[in-house]
Amino acid sequence: MEAKNTAIIKKKERRSDLYRKLGPLIALIVLMAIVTVMNVNFIQPNNLLNLLRQVSVNALIAFGMTFVIITGGIDLSVGSTLALSSALTAGIIAAGVPSVIAIAAGLLMGAFLGMINGLLITKGNVAPFIGTLATMTIYRGLTLVYTQGNPITGFGGGFAFQFFGRGYLFGIPFPVIITTVAFAALFVILHKMTFGRKTFAIGGNEQAAYIAGIKSDRVKTMVYAISGMMAALSGLILTSRLNSAQPTAGTAYELDAIAAVVIGGTSLAGGKGRLVGTLIGALIIGTLNNGLNLLGISSFYQQVVRGVVIIIAVLLDRKK
Amino acid sequence: MQVELKGITKAFGANQVLKGVDLKLEAGEVHALMGENGAGKSTLMNILTGLHKQDDGLVYINGEQKQYENPKEAEENGVSFIHQEMITWPDMTVLENMFMGKEKKNKFGWVLTKEMKQEGERVFKELGIDISFDRTMRTLSVGQQQLVEIAKTLLNDAEVIIMDEPTAALTDREIQLLFKIIRQLQKKNVVVVYISHRMEEIFEISNRVTVMRDGVSISTKATEDTDYDEIVRQMVGRDLEDYYPEMTNEKGDVVLEVNNLSHLPHYENISFKLHSGEILGFSGLMGAGRTEIMRGIFGIDPFEEGDILLDGEKITIKTPHDAVKKGIGFLTENRKEEGLILDFPVKDNISITAFEEFSNNGWIDTKEEKEFVELLVKRLTVKTAGIDLPVSALSGGNQQKVVLAKWIGAGSRILILDEPTRGVDVGAKREIYNLMKELAERGVAIIMVSSDLPEVMGVSNRVLVVHEGAISGELQRDDVSEERIMTLATGGK
Repeated sequence: MEAKNTAIIKKKERRSDLYRKLGPLIALIVLMAIVTVMNVNFIQPNNLLNLLRQVSVNALIAFGMTFVIITGGIDLSVGSTLALSSALTAGIIAAGVPSVIAIAAGLLMGAFLGMINGLLITKGNVAPFIGTLATMTIYRGLTLVYTQGNPITGFGGGFAFQFFGRGYLFGIPFPVIITTVAFAALFVILHKMTFGRKTFAIGGNEQAAYIAGIKSDRVKTMVYAISGMMAALSGLILTSRLNSAQPTAGTAYELDAIAAVVIGGTSLAGGKGRLVGTLIGALIIGTLNNGLNLLGISSFYQQVVRGVVIIIAVLLDRKK
Repeated sequence: MQVELKGITKAFGANQVLKGVDLKLEAGEVHALMGENGAGKSTLMNILTGLHKQDDGLVYINGEQKQYENPKEAEENGVSFIHQEMITWPDMTVLENMFMGKEKKNKFGWVLTKEMKQEGERVFKELGIDISFDRTMRTLSVGQQQLVEIAKTLLNDAEVIIMDEPTAALTDREIQLLFKIIRQLQKKNVVVVYISHRMEEIFEISNRVTVMRDGVSISTKATEDTDYDEIVRQMVGRDLEDYYPEMTNEKGDVVLEVNNLSHLPHYENISFKLHSGEILGFSGLMGAGRTEIMRGIFGIDPFEEGDILLDGEKITIKTPHDAVKKGIGFLTENRKEEGLILDFPVKDNISITAFEEFSNNGWIDTKEEKEFVELLVKRLTVKTAGIDLPVSALSGGNQQKVVLAKWIGAGSRILILDEPTRGVDVGAKREIYNLMKELAERGVAIIMVSSDLPEVMGVSNRVLVVHEGAISGELQRDDVSEERIMTLATGGK
């Protein structure tokens, strides 16, 4: 009797799992189809590549955010982390450090800032929302202090740094390639490696994971470091493209990243989520922005539409 | 109130949970409803209170056919169900909790606290409860919360109160208080339906017993006309002559030595030795400090003084991670909070302690993992339709087996089992005992903390009794008795 019962549950689980997996993808396809019908320019290869490049900035942050949200946390500081690590990178390039080393230093800076978040949350026992809310303003403040409120521009940075945000490889914008590589690496870490399993387990039931011998503090600290590093990576692309590090760069980027994660079906309660979903979520947001622009809809309305899409995504997710 | 359920059937999908159940409840009786998990007790009660609708059969209240549409309507008509897992608002006051959704208010919507307090006091007085209305629910013990729930039902002038496993989380003192209140209710002619797995309680409190098995009511008898063996036989459907497995008394070397462990005010100067191949029982009253000692050894709440020797060598355990690495496993007393990730598949719940077994430099070999888990599921006869099923879909007994599988998979040489059979039905209990025996025979050293005296006596090779944070006595298997344990547990010599 029990076996029969569980078989039914299993079937239901499978079906809802399928919805969960395919839902965002179907939404993306439908959305792209609608935009194409209304303006056929959308489907032009040039526009699509442009779209992908636009998406990469948000997608990279959202990948890191996915890890954080799967542990049941949140990282509000990503926008400020992006600005601070970008400013520092621009600063050291301006000081004459080779750009490859500067890029590495920028990424480490991001990871370090993320690690501070992690330590605050694990060792300091501060709620993720509060802890990263505080560092959000601290990192932003430090950026303003460091840049004295002015953009850092004209630092050149040689070919490597220029290429980072502006280059093309085989006709594909380099940021898109970076995003693809980052996605592949993080996908493997999250879904194929023990680190990912531990990340999920902590979000599912932290106490049970801890008792099972998982060093939850360490895993969480690393998760926030990943989030910081991805924010920094995103910032480097932005800085390279603009050829300037803005002290206000990345303001409110955390919201787009969280939106992408949520649209992608990752649960804010933790324990459930998929990186593919986040990628699709970022693409949905990007398609909306790009499509609404093509259709000549005012940016004021765009915000309304974006909000409505988030609500629809969450409602559909709950229905399952 | 007199309630009669006749020929109730109910299926969930293909699963026929009830196959024609009859049950008659008389005013002023405590009616025990017994049966293994999945026998259909809760479903039957949920039909009475209108949460589910039966496929067939009728409900009669005071001789008239009556069907409650939902639990709220049932409650308003005096039929209340106190669920095992109570729903409370932990940060709101006792008063607010009692009147949740039915606050007294004037025509401007102003809440009339004074009137509510008066009425609450009336009910508290009737039941002899003394809890301040202004305390938040969170600060109450589980037992006190339960009393508030009972009082709440009386605000509706409940005439039928259904209690599902009310004593599962109560201390002995709280249980006695609950029983006192149940007797009080009885005097008021209230029907109490008492669902429990604890046999002693049934004989202490109930007037009649109905046993259910596989969706059918097997029998209803006056409690004094039946006995322990008969009820168990009816529940399981067969004799349970050798309920506890035959234990051998062979034991190996000392694997774990605990010296003068202290963590005030929970426990002080705890010393004992654990041999490989033995099952060491830890008995004592609830709150005596047994669980705290185990959590100290395992590194969840580290101890302050003392030391632990593993195979004669001193080791430090600061976190559960250290303990797991040293080959210690810990089945906690609350598997839903600390033992399992309920939403996760059986597979992930088992493999969580043993990533090294099927991964290489952090890469998981999913095929190997699946084989690893399936082997354990088979060995422990976990009843599940598949290892991808969420563990929450399993019965209590099978969930407990999943926790055990996790620790066996981790290769634990020392297993600490805290209340291993809590919330587990009779059949699965036996399987867990057999498993413990098998593990012991293969050299695993087992510590079993249990509040179930027959279990402690039936399974342990040796029993340590804890009283107020100290070990008050050690009993060998041959001279262990219920009286001896209780004497030591209550501070006697």
